[in-house]
Amino acid sequence: MARTKSRPLSPHLTIWKWGPHMAISILHRITGNGLATVGILGVVWWLLAAATGPEAYARFIACATSPIGYLVMIGISWFFFQHMMSGLRHFVLDLGAGYELNVNKTWSMVIPALSTLATVALWATIFSGKI
Amino acid sequence: MGSGTGIGRVRGLGSAKHGAHHWLAQRYTAVGNLLLVLWLIFSLVSLPGLDYESVRNWIANPLVAVPLMLMLVSVFYHLRLGMQIMLEDYVHDKGLNFFCILLLNFYAIGGAAAGIFAIAKIAFMGAAS
Repeated sequence: MARTKSRPLSPHLTIWKWGPHMAISILHRITGNGLATVGILGVVWWLLAAATGPEAYARFIACATSPIGYLVMIGISWFFFQHMMSGLRHFVLDLGAGYELNVNKTWSMVIPALSTLATVALWATIFSGKI
Repeated sequence: MGSGTGIGRVRGLGSAKHGAHHWLAQRYTAVGNLLLVLWLIFSLVSLPGLDYESVRNWIANPLVAVPLMLMLVSVFYHLRLGMQIMLEDYVHDKGLNFFCILLLNFYAIGGAAAGIFAIAKIAFMGAAS
């Protein structure tokens, strides 16, 4: 190694003051991994149940429409909207835009609010409809 | 890979148009997910019902079966890339990290295969009688 060990390290997590930009960053990872496990496995279970037969499908519907099932589905839909919108934020950041402190902070706070609104709108549509 | 100087260690690991592949693939699949998962949500909400017959009839349509399959490919590809980064950040032991990424590959390919098989079965059997 050509590097000397005496060079300073960048400051560690523990000395930073928490802000919205950090919360949205770790939320992106949490929601992503939640969707990657619980979310997509639910979709694959649904497809396999539909491919297997009426009994398997009825078992899926019984689980999905139980109180825990609704809780998981509502949670996963919030995870999806949150991950989607914070992913769109990443596209903007990839272009090199949106790094000004106030702009970054604003969007980091607006996005969770928007994803909550989208989740409420989705489930209001579902519960007011025929399902 | 050289073991001496910094440049020697870096040489061979540099871009050569390949370095950004993982990063780019994550963006491509993100766009795929954006379109296809939103399409799935809007479709499910606008279906007349989510009972067995309605869902089978819906999936049996080629214009539904194909995007559904593409969605699974895009989602499982995207989650394979994202979870790899998560594992690289948190699982520091090299052997354990290798094992986790091995399991991740099995999960991503196996999960996508299971879902695509289910769609294909419904599509090829035709709508529920």
